[in-house]
Amino acid sequence: MQLWINGKQNNFAPASMTMADLVSTLALTGKRIAIEQNGEIVPRGLYAETMLQDGDRLEIVGAVGGG
Amino acid sequence: MTTDNLIVAGKHYRSRLLVGTGKYKDFTETRAAIDASGAEIVTVAIRRTNIGQKAGEPSLLDYLPPSEFTYLPNTAGCYTADDAVRTLRLARELLDGHNLVKLEVLGDPHTLYPNVIETIAAAKTLVKESFDVMVYTSDDPIIAKQLEDVGCCAIMPLASLIGSGMGILNPWNLQIIIDTVKVPVLVDAGVGTASDAAIAMELGCAGILMNTAIAGAQNPVLMASAMKKAVEAGREAYLAGRMPKKLYSASPSSPTSGMIERID
Repeated sequence: MQLWINGKQNNFAPASMTMADLVSTLALTGKRIAIEQNGEIVPRGLYAETMLQDGDRLEIVGAVGGG
Repeated sequence: MTTDNLIVAGKHYRSRLLVGTGKYKDFTETRAAIDASGAEIVTVAIRRTNIGQKAGEPSLLDYLPPSEFTYLPNTAGCYTADDAVRTLRLARELLDGHNLVKLEVLGDPHTLYPNVIETIAAAKTLVKESFDVMVYTSDDPIIAKQLEDVGCCAIMPLASLIGSGMGILNPWNLQIIIDTVKVPVLVDAGVGTASDAAIAMELGCAGILMNTAIAGAQNPVLMASAMKKAVEAGREAYLAGRMPKKLYSASPSSPTSGMIERID
């Protein structure tokens, strides 16, 4: 499965993945992040039931220092 | 002075100094400066997570736990209303439904001057989506009033360009905004040193938001302490009501009678 994550193309072996699977694969489980899937926010509580589709565009963000 | 709180979107804050968390040497310095500033509201930026980041790598949130501070996520770097709205939706998800946000939509990467047309468009959408919007804007009093009218909970005009440290360049415009807007007016951007902060507060600003003035000082922690005092001093001076200026006429402070006799 091919996903665009934060503007970069990534390939994953499984043909079917949930958002929770991806978060775990990226070692982001438990981290304070927010995810947008093709321009729509995916609430944290829905990661386990949100299926990823080939070609999805994801933005995964966190809080950093800023003014 | 204990009851003289800053009230934003119905919440009370003891400190009228809001600070950014960018440009510090490291997180330890960030934390020390923010502690010295006494700020309760701290701004953060929303950025792409570094994929492949080591699991144990510290994050800003470890040093400034959201349980101790009110986070004010910003839209720094956004040049369109759409990008700003998306960024703050992500911020709300990131911060567990937290609604208080700082909206800024920039118009130009060189001056970082706000694009007020995009800012107003974004503010309308965000207010409709129940965000409490503290909005960075120019020092145009008409735009400031329009941003209040669309429902922003605080108006934050620049004193001078972001990160410039040029100080209060147009106190007259700030004064007009303070006099015409009912929600809190905070100077956001441009403060360079403590006297700038005091001047803004003496004008009647409800508070000040700054980042570079502290982080860019030679000794950020000491400057943070200076800013805390300047904001408090300026606020007290504003509440005390300054003496009227007497142009071209002096007035002695000591008695004019009872002088010893002059010897010829």
